[in-house]
Amino acid sequence: MPVTLKPVETYRDDFTFRNSPEAIARFPFPFPEDSYMYSVNIEPATPREPGSVFEHWFDIDEHYRSEMAERARVLERDPDRCLVMPHMQQAAWDTLEMLMTHLAADYPQWFELERDGNHWTWSNHALDLRQSFVFGDPDTLPCEPLEYITRQVQGDFALLDQRDGNLWMDAGMVTCPADWSIKFDAGMNFTQWHSPVPMAHQLGVFERALKYLLNIQVDHPVRRLNWTMTVNPRLDTSSETFHEWGAERAQVTAENVARMVHLRVELQFMPRLPRSNALLFGIRTYLISLEELASNPAWACRLHRVLRDLPEAIADYKGLTLYRQTVVDWLRQFDPQACAA
Amino acid sequence: MSAAIAVRVARIRQLTPLVREFTFEPVHGRLPGFSPGSHVLVHMPDARRPLKNAYSLLGDPADCRQYRIAVRLAERSRGGSRYLHEKVAEGDELQLSPPANLFAPSKLARHHLLIAGGIGITPFMAYSADLQAQGASFELHYAFRAGLTDAYRDELRGQLGERLHGYDATQRQRLDVAALLRAQPLGTHVYVCGPQRLLDEVREQAAALGWPQSRVHWEAFATAEPGEPFVATLQRSGRQLQVSAEASLLETLEAHGVEVPSLCRGGVCGLCATPYVAGEVVHRDHFLSASEQATRLMPCVSRGRCGSALTLDL
Repeated sequence: MPVTLKPVETYRDDFTFRNSPEAIARFPFPFPEDSYMYSVNIEPATPREPGSVFEHWFDIDEHYRSEMAERARVLERDPDRCLVMPHMQQAAWDTLEMLMTHLAADYPQWFELERDGNHWTWSNHALDLRQSFVFGDPDTLPCEPLEYITRQVQGDFALLDQRDGNLWMDAGMVTCPADWSIKFDAGMNFTQWHSPVPMAHQLGVFERALKYLLNIQVDHPVRRLNWTMTVNPRLDTSSETFHEWGAERAQVTAENVARMVHLRVELQFMPRLPRSNALLFGIRTYLISLEELASNPAWACRLHRVLRDLPEAIADYKGLTLYRQTVVDWLRQFDPQACAA
Repeated sequence: MSAAIAVRVARIRQLTPLVREFTFEPVHGRLPGFSPGSHVLVHMPDARRPLKNAYSLLGDPADCRQYRIAVRLAERSRGGSRYLHEKVAEGDELQLSPPANLFAPSKLARHHLLIAGGIGITPFMAYSADLQAQGASFELHYAFRAGLTDAYRDELRGQLGERLHGYDATQRQRLDVAALLRAQPLGTHVYVCGPQRLLDEVREQAAALGWPQSRVHWEAFATAEPGEPFVATLQRSGRQLQVSAEASLLETLEAHGVEVPSLCRGGVCGLCATPYVAGEVVHRDHFLSASEQATRLMPCVSRGRCGSALTLDL
């Protein structure tokens, strides 16, 4: 089904970002149950129903132009959000190849790739770009290959080197993280960058997840959903800009909660990069305001129960503590059980 | 676990009386790319028992129009190498599992020291092509018996020149592992593939010289070894499966429709680890810790002891 791209909206300042009814209908609501606890919720990334966010390896949606404009804005202020250590150059080319071939195959109305040996021509009709280059020769691209391609693909990308039985965050393009920083995590391994997460270590979640990820085979990616909440539809909630968004958590009131608070869902997608044996960790972020979410009352009811019963340590880690109660109070109207009580 | 890739045998070359090389082309579309050190599982449904054996991909990873593997006829073949040597012909179609890599070169190494024994040369064929293309610093030491297990000596000599060091057992040429390791500059990673005694020697010498484990990489000829026949009971269904002396427990489970995910089929990756609740186990894996082995076993290589009632939590 052809994707319609909206004109550019903003993820900062005046926050004009909105979801269309179609975007709401395909939102990846992440809760299969009325309560939430950490688990190894990784599954083989087999394609799902056409039109869903799970149809293709890399989902392009109506917000494409807005998200790419936002990425350009972040990089303009902070070019180091894209980072490639010298030993990750092959993994960067691997990523470029994977993204270009999948986008061209899955969205032929927007992307085209012509390959003649190592001489490639890439066309991006959505952003009106056309580039001929020699695969493997960085001098034939306007910038470093990971940066070149990820300026044209929605979502953050971390490239994980696999060695010593662990995964190391040695490259990435991260302009829309949920309260973390590629510069801070660079060079850390999987165990190290997850160390602040509460409760999950005791459950053995990371140990099992790591073993699973180390064994991912070429052409057999896996995926999982993760979630948090964000005040305002702000994509760049990175550690570097905390001073710009942290205080917004204290601005949530009963009057503005439905428009201001957003459920933030990450569709994480992990394919093996064939030539480098690195693992690509794609983090595709979807934002939805509570008001938009409540157009599906079953979601609002479930989110009410999840947030009401969420363990304190998890709520705190996700940064919800200041406004959780306000959100729960607003969502209660959608929960028949709670209203009856 | 994973959808198989259909390939056609494009070419077979008998390289020595013991070693046959197979070149595969995709039946449809393209073959997936791979990294040096990757292996595929070759499915052999028509062998005496259904088998899946792991073989290293030995072509240049920059070119994945074709895959190449080399198969040494095993002295005590459990059926796999004999099947490939005697039954498979050019034009036949086979199924492969997608490439997986449990023996990848370190991207942080300053120098790569590759040590091959006999058919253990296969992963280093891909390594050599890749390291050479990257301009990396490396050397290859290849121990063989001339005329029997020196399948790629001439090809490598042409490619690598002085980087290739050969040791012919028929000429009583000996690889002095201790001297070789002692002479390496700091930051070297050593990789060894070959018979178990070569692996043991390299690992022991490296440990004795104080090499950190993270700089010592090894790949065994990962396959199941025969053992004594035994009976495995599946706790949940109560089914009893007879495991013959030649079959692995994993193969027997698969033959009875019990799917257990697997990757290396040689006791290394840990993917097939299965809980058991009773019985005496002959553990042959290199993955589980002693305490883990008290409750779990890896059916790709490990077996129940003859006469002991092995009960799996399946």
